[in-house]
Amino acid sequence: MAPQVAVIVLFFFWPAAQALLQSVQQSDAFGTSVDWVGLDNFRNLWNDDTYLASFYTTAIFSTLVAVVGISVSLLLAVFADRIVKGALAYKTLLIWPYAVAPAVAGVLWLFMFAPSVGVVSYWLRALGIDWNHLLNGTHAMTLVVMAAVWKQISYNFLFFLAGLQSIPKSLIEAAAIDGARPWRRFWTMVFPLLSPTTFFLLVINMVYAFFDTFAIIDAATQGGPGKDTAILVYKVYFDGFKAMDMGGSAAQSVVLMVIVVALTVVQFRFVEKKVNY
Amino acid sequence: MVERRPFLTMLSHAVLILGVLVVAFPLYLTFVASTQTSQAIVQTPMPLLPGGHLIENYTAAWNGTGGGSGSKAPVGQMMVVSLISALIIAIGKIAISLLSAFAIVYFRFPGRMFFFWAIFITLMLPVEVRIGPTYKVVSDLGMLNSYAGLTIPLIASATATFLFRQFFLTVPEELVEAARMDGAGPMRFFKDVLVPLSATSIAALFVIQFIYGWNQYLWPLLVTTSEDMYPVVIGIKRMISGGDSEMQWNIVMATAVLAMIPPALVVMLMQKWFVKGLVDTEK
Repeated sequence: MAPQVAVIVLFFFWPAAQALLQSVQQSDAFGTSVDWVGLDNFRNLWNDDTYLASFYTTAIFSTLVAVVGISVSLLLAVFADRIVKGALAYKTLLIWPYAVAPAVAGVLWLFMFAPSVGVVSYWLRALGIDWNHLLNGTHAMTLVVMAAVWKQISYNFLFFLAGLQSIPKSLIEAAAIDGARPWRRFWTMVFPLLSPTTFFLLVINMVYAFFDTFAIIDAATQGGPGKDTAILVYKVYFDGFKAMDMGGSAAQSVVLMVIVVALTVVQFRFVEKKVNY
Repeated sequence: MVERRPFLTMLSHAVLILGVLVVAFPLYLTFVASTQTSQAIVQTPMPLLPGGHLIENYTAAWNGTGGGSGSKAPVGQMMVVSLISALIIAIGKIAISLLSAFAIVYFRFPGRMFFFWAIFITLMLPVEVRIGPTYKVVSDLGMLNSYAGLTIPLIASATATFLFRQFFLTVPEELVEAARMDGAGPMRFFKDVLVPLSATSIAALFVIQFIYGWNQYLWPLLVTTSEDMYPVVIGIKRMISGGDSEMQWNIVMATAVLAMIPPALVVMLMQKWFVKGLVDTEK
């Protein structure tokens, strides 16, 4: 008990309190003078166009990651659930990416799509698409979304598979005897029964896209071109450690904390109740 | 399967094979690139079949003798750093949370609920959110560039504590009583009854936490500044910080493969526990 309390006090509450404190202070780059500025940092954030743009970027990014990731893995899981032969082999191959570090995933995708040497960018050029994520913000966003989804597919897949396997076979059989075809069975029974899993994964994927993708973005695009892929966490890091604006960075941290807490509350309220029909 | 639908079965296999191909392609390409010379890669399109330079690329990466403009730290060294910190994080997390779950469930002491909620709240604050201040604490304690700095801030985990708490709550009261009748003190009960009972949970958590520790990126990026303390994940990022085409992609990719092997092995070999761990920790 004591060690855990010591660690959380030292590395959770103390820093969190510090972040709160710093967010209402303004200090210069060397930390020699500290002024009490109240809510100015927050007001600056609100008026800062790049920060609002970063919010927008984050929203697009996490929605894309969550929606694409969930649909692809649901598709795969539904088909994997049907299959008897070779199911284990598919499963083993599909969970590979989970073991890959996000930063490494970023590097791999960067390598495939690098404008000058990448294989895929070469193919795209053959198709008439001039791929260059160093210049084109949409390309850069597509790249990080693909890398993030690729990394997360295995996780979603495992959860969907577990969810599918817990649906009683007798239900499906009864529907089949009543003459419902697979397509219809999926939409009227399987999908609604999976809704708790889907909802849970939605929250988890949002959180993942918010925080864990920092490494992918840093490795693949470093927030560029311009600020087109600078999500909120990246901006906290950049402003705090590269631009040395501690007050602004801390204010951003506080905003992020509020978002996480909100997401967690949503998750607990709804997942506990089990979204169901 | 409910009914026979050969077409649908074929479709399932087709979709799955397609999925596996898409998922595996980046990995395959990495492997291929790691067996080529750097000239072969820079020529677009690069060959899609493994080349014959596997051994020399890997030894070059391992010893850090590959050329290029990026960092040249030996991968062997970085792998050791990664391995040690991943092990410390995994084992430390499990040990700490076992103890605190034990305390929360079996002892009544003042402020018990307070501590419970204190731990609970930490669940909501990932490292990324409080990097600035946490970094300051660690640097004030002089733990930069050390294993302590790399691991301790990541050790406290509410998830593991919760998992064990849930598990301990399901341990029947009779076992506690039986242990007491046989004259076992609390620590004895913990060591001889609870820990063996939770062996599967421990294994599952170990897999998850090992991967978590190995794949850490943001935190090591901040607290390590000297090359001999870089974990391998950071090392790769350092390598590509040079230009685009003059990079030694073959060495970078060899390093990437090396960096992927340990966590992948853990996942493969402990697949059963891994799945259990994932499903349990997130409940």
